[in-house]
Amino acid sequence: MALSRIVALLQRHLYLYKRSLARLMEIFYWPLLDLLVWGYVTVYLAQMPGALPFVAAFLLGAMILWDILYRSQQGISISLLEEIWSRNLLNLFVSPLRPGEFLAAMMALSIFKLSTAAAVTVTLAWLIYSFDFFMMGLYLVPFVVNLVVLGWAIGIVTAALILRYGQKAEVLAWGLTFLFQPVSAVFYPVSVLPGWLQEIARYIPAAHVFEGMREVIAHGRVAEEHLLWAFALNGAYVAGSLIYFYHVFRSVRERGLLLRVGE
Amino acid sequence: MEVRGLTKRFGDLTAVDDVTFDLFPGEILGILGPNGAGKTTLIQLLLHVLTPTAGRIYVFGLDLDRHREAILSRVNFSSAYVSMPSSLTVRENLQVFARLYQVSPAPERIAHLLKLLEIDDLAAKITGTLSSGQITRLCLAKALLNEPRILFLDEPTASLDPDIADKTRRLLRRLRDETGMAVVYTSHNMKEMEELCDRLLFLSKGRVLASGTPTALRDRFRGGTLEEVYLKVVRGEA
Ligand SMILES: Nc1ncnc2c1ncn2[C@@H]1O[C@H](COP(=O)(O)OP(=O)(O)OP(=O)(O)O)[C@@H](O)[C@H]1O
Ligand SMILES: [Mg+2]
Repeated sequence: MALSRIVALLQRHLYLYKRSLARLMEIFYWPLLDLLVWGYVTVYLAQMPGALPFVAAFLLGAMILWDILYRSQQGISISLLEEIWSRNLLNLFVSPLRPGEFLAAMMALSIFKLSTAAAVTVTLAWLIYSFDFFMMGLYLVPFVVNLVVLGWAIGIVTAALILRYGQKAEVLAWGLTFLFQPVSAVFYPVSVLPGWLQEIARYIPAAHVFEGMREVIAHGRVAEEHLLWAFALNGAYVAGSLIYFYHVFRSVRERGLLLRVGE
Repeated sequence: MEVRGLTKRFGDLTAVDDVTFDLFPGEILGILGPNGAGKTTLIQLLLHVLTPTAGRIYVFGLDLDRHREAILSRVNFSSAYVSMPSSLTVRENLQVFARLYQVSPAPERIAHLLKLLEIDDLAAKITGTLSSGQITRLCLAKALLNEPRILFLDEPTASLDPDIADKTRRLLRRLRDETGMAVVYTSHNMKEMEELCDRLLFLSKGRVLASGTPTALRDRFRGGTLEEVYLKVVRGEA
């Protein structure tokens, strides 16, 4: 791994965000709108007689954490698309850049994107709805780490699919994470799901994070089991996504798609 | 660079068929042939972005497959079908690639290349606002950043006006004379190939039909110009 090559790619994307208002907006636009909509939904729900306790915290906390997962995935797949759109992919891969360095740069970039967006939403949630995201204390660290890592795994698979299938797979860059949403128990507990979906949710790292989040908000602590499951599953997810990515990369070099997706 | 028995198949189609040749330091090698002859495929193989079906490639005496990084940091590539991030300025794009190739000192090298390619007045311009000929020159500047020992150019002059195309050819010759850089060059412009290249490789359906200096080829195929030779060779009249 050469740090300077990773920094070079980061620099390229940071220049892009500096120059492009549209892309900068894109970082803030959806979380901001989500925050407003969900924020007022919680205000409304909290006003109802017999309102659930912690409803505001559950929904706002979930919304902010979900956005972290989503940004993490996008940080990788959209950055790959940027290279394809600008017909730059071949320039990168005729340089000494390694695929692993490419991924490392995209991961670093996703951290930049998601922390910028999260800083804004966390602040606004506090200003508008007096929601204190940091009430989860140190538990936030394993929660956020797990969501970021899961986002990377989904992002790496998306990137591989885009390399392999080209434009047909572009839509996955925006959509694939949402495939995980119903079984991630983001806005409701796993217990409301039908049995077979509960079974699936058990193997979704994010489901353990969001269950954990509700536990910590309601009881101030998390069953260790959830954290252990989340870490173990994520380890497997990332390993699987890397194996798949390298496999696709090799097959792309066989089939010559690297040139085609650049067109 | 030594290329031995290089073959690439895409399913049933053999795009590059048992190609063998050498490239010497300071040599400008032109690859010509009809559309679909396998020129681009050959260059992609030599840059390690395509895996050969058979054959070997040695660059600087090293096996390309085993020494990818060392070799790629000393060669470079440009073509009409690649571009550069359009929201970045010309200088920013070159800065990014200078870092990617670990060029130092980068600012001096970039300033030098901007002048060399006569785009120093465009340094602060957004790449997306450049004309296609200007982008071609930016891509050439990028391709020269790491002072490559071998420069691969796939139809680089496609969008250049005659004046700039001529200047670009002169520049390539000059760099070759001054630094001993070798060039692998494709173009459909026979006059250009004749003028620029020390040696030519005729490809058709992936096979090398003929090779030699432009003069030798003209003599051998009794053509007054390379264009006549080309037509004879590809139409099988030779
Ligand atoms: N990735 C690929 N998958 C399948 N076939 C391919 C692929 N890339 C190239 N080919 C085929 O290989 C042959 C050689 O193509 P190539 O692009 O190398 O030709 P070329 O000599 O560069 O032509 P041109 O002068 O038009 O640029 C063509 O028949 C082309 O259709
Ligand atoms: Mg071609």
